[in-house]
Amino acid sequence: MDPYVLLKLIWWLLLGVLLCGLGVMVGMDMGVGAALRYYGRSDGERRAVINMIAPHWDGNQVWFILGGGAVFAAWPTIYATAFSGLYVVMLVLLWSMIVRPLGFEYRSKLPSQRWRKGWDWMLFISGAVPMIVFGAAMGNMLEGVPFHFSWDMISYYTGSFITLFNPFAVLCGLMSLALAIYQGSAMVMGRGSGEIRERAMRLLTWAGTAALVLFSVCGIWVSQMSGYAITGGANPAGPAIPLDKTVATLGGAWLHNFMAYPVLWVVPAAVYVAVILGMGAARSGHSHLAWWLGALAWVGTIGTVGAAMFPFMMPSSSNPSQSLTVWDASSSAGTLTWMLVFTLIFIPIIAIYTSWAFWVMRGKVTPEKIEHDEHAY
Amino acid sequence: MHDLSTVVDLSRTQFAATALYHFLFVPLTLGLSVLLATMETIYVITGRDIYRRMTHFWAKLFAINFALGVATGLTMEFEFGTNWSTYSHFVGDIFGAPLAIEGLMAFFLESTFVGLMLFGWDRLSRGKHLLVTYMVALGSNLSALWILIANSYMQRPVGSHFDPTTMRMELSSFPDLIFNPDAQAKFVHTSVAGYVTAAIFVLGISAFYMLRGRHLDLAKRSFRVAALFGVFSILATITLGDALGFINGHAQPTKLVAMEGLWQTAEPLAGFNLVAWPDQKAQRNDFEVKVPYVLTPLVTHSFNQAIPGAHALENAAKVKIRDGIPALEALHTLSKHPHDTDALAQFRAHESNLGYALLLQRYAPDVGKATPAQIDKAARDTIPPVAPVFWSFRFMVAAAFTMLAFLIVATNYSVRNRITKKRWLLRIAPWMIPVPFLANETGWVVAEIGRQPWTVYGQLPTWLSASTHSVGYMVFSLTGFVLLYSLFIVIEMYLMVKFIRLGPTDGSTQPDSPTPALHSSQWSEA
Repeated sequence: MDPYVLLKLIWWLLLGVLLCGLGVMVGMDMGVGAALRYYGRSDGERRAVINMIAPHWDGNQVWFILGGGAVFAAWPTIYATAFSGLYVVMLVLLWSMIVRPLGFEYRSKLPSQRWRKGWDWMLFISGAVPMIVFGAAMGNMLEGVPFHFSWDMISYYTGSFITLFNPFAVLCGLMSLALAIYQGSAMVMGRGSGEIRERAMRLLTWAGTAALVLFSVCGIWVSQMSGYAITGGANPAGPAIPLDKTVATLGGAWLHNFMAYPVLWVVPAAVYVAVILGMGAARSGHSHLAWWLGALAWVGTIGTVGAAMFPFMMPSSSNPSQSLTVWDASSSAGTLTWMLVFTLIFIPIIAIYTSWAFWVMRGKVTPEKIEHDEHAY
Repeated sequence: MHDLSTVVDLSRTQFAATALYHFLFVPLTLGLSVLLATMETIYVITGRDIYRRMTHFWAKLFAINFALGVATGLTMEFEFGTNWSTYSHFVGDIFGAPLAIEGLMAFFLESTFVGLMLFGWDRLSRGKHLLVTYMVALGSNLSALWILIANSYMQRPVGSHFDPTTMRMELSSFPDLIFNPDAQAKFVHTSVAGYVTAAIFVLGISAFYMLRGRHLDLAKRSFRVAALFGVFSILATITLGDALGFINGHAQPTKLVAMEGLWQTAEPLAGFNLVAWPDQKAQRNDFEVKVPYVLTPLVTHSFNQAIPGAHALENAAKVKIRDGIPALEALHTLSKHPHDTDALAQFRAHESNLGYALLLQRYAPDVGKATPAQIDKAARDTIPPVAPVFWSFRFMVAAAFTMLAFLIVATNYSVRNRITKKRWLLRIAPWMIPVPFLANETGWVVAEIGRQPWTVYGQLPTWLSASTHSVGYMVFSLTGFVLLYSLFIVIEMYLMVKFIRLGPTDGSTQPDSPTPALHSSQWSEA
């Protein structure tokens, strides 16, 4: 295989890994934020829940930041086109997300109940909204976004922002929120006790069920919508310029890959298996297992989108031939190689110290312990 | 055309506002992380509890500041894509890499260990906790390194070439990119400026406690550590600032012109404009006070080199613009006929001045038909706005020398243990806190306004770099940022002041000022 093709494929997979990392790690914290007022009824209980993720939310959030940086480095055309095209969506994402660090850090600094309640709502918004936007952005990618390029590769977005929140995209957003709440609940179950643990278990079942229903609805929708297919001119080993190919829109095109390679059905099936087993594991008290199965559900969900769309990454609904694909939206071979070297060196190191951090801070967090801990939030 | 320049102006305003705002918190994080590591090292070596309490207390303030640094940093990571999409496509192949490496190498390190640093006190041994604090300091400094490598590419685009097939800059040498001489000087200059910021922050607050007679032991020791740390840092800041001026001045003569208010070429030995009133339109200083002979050795590190002024640089730019026109025309041909070898040859012959043709494109969309007047206009654009750069530079330098004097005096009295008697100095210290912050901000202004009219110096003009948004979108986002960020700073300042006034509270063994916390903890233990 041509080395440039291989690099593009590796970076397509690595983008998937990053999105999964984002879903699992950031999603977990955001699920906790979104359901904080459900897990904890009193201020003491809520503090306990917040302190379960207190030492970790910042590290986890780097998955989101790295996601942005890696898309910039490996898929600069996507970074430029998607982030500017989805401008209002990105702003909603950003504004809801930047409230979150303050919510964690400042909430318990003052004893006032009004202050704390206000921040609780901020944590709700900054948990729920970004996950909905994350899913909705994926939904928009499946539907295609109205953009085109001029000859000198300046991109123009021609849609209105309201179409970005169409019904299908919102359903995808809710699906992503459901998975996030599932993941957060599995973590709260593991590190909480008593009432908090009970509530987390109940919520996990609800969230898991909702995720499966939404995944099914979205799946049927995708199978019926008009997808995209390359009809000529694409050169996988060619330079990264998305102007030289032809693309057609076809009903059911997003199923073509599954029909050509039936083994791919394993990927969506994994979502069902993981969530159903995960809910069972949670019911029998194995929260740790439920958490890992939730992570598998994220991999299955993002994998399903990737498998359906490949090699498309960001189709253009207004000018399909200028759609961005794996073959024509990446960095140069040199940049992809250097980035791969850094990734291969640092991802294992990150995995080691992140695991160490979780291990150091392991154990149950209870309202009583938090009461006597001067370092707690 | 009018719409486009409004959108670009609004995008610039938004980027400047969010970057300057972010840069209020980052230097303090940078410096305070190193100061915390210093204090904790003393604690681990000497085993004296006072240094543990010092680390605890300053870590609390660190966390309040850190949260906003993280929050506003999210904006920066996405703003290139949301608002500068043409720029992002044009240089993403190069510029994206250091940003992503920053995430891999620095953000993960800093963010993962900051949680352990703040919450792991009771779960880690002394040595392990110290290691964690070092990792936080290392992470924040590494992130400064990578972001400044990225920034330096905008200042001095090395290790890349323009690819006429993909219509963007592509990486030719990764080592050249990371060993950019601008990046080396800039990294040290910026990070030690952060150390100065933290030192003066700690000095000011410690002085406030000494004036009130509170937490004397903690305040005196914090003052001493910070003063020593600060005096070395400010010396390094000034030295590296000079080096950066030298390196960057050669790479960007137009920035140098703006910094020094030089309209005419300065023959050696030229005088230094101490103050001046630059008039951009008339291209002269309406008023100036010169220090004779100083400028030439200051800027060129020699006694016999001339420094080209704005007029000379403008004339040179006209030549480059004319030379760049065939490159842009060839590029247009290549976009329609990718295999046209004549066009490729024409492009290769003129590619080094492609950026200058893009500068002209603003006034002459079809550059081949550009009039001499349009070329003159584009050439005039190559001189950045002189007054803001000139004055920001002078403010920054004056602030640096003020801080140097202050830090020398503070160190002197502190080391000789006479600081509590020098109440005049203690009274000045809290008022010094804003100075490093303002110096940091003006430093950013010098670097980035001085880079105009380019986003990537000599390669990509600013007018072409922004996303193609409507004015309405830009007004919406700018309003949102202003509202949100204003609210944030109010909350942050409120908490910061509150916790400074409250002082260190975990002092169950504090000898010099029994606090209510002491009694209540005795009660609960009894």
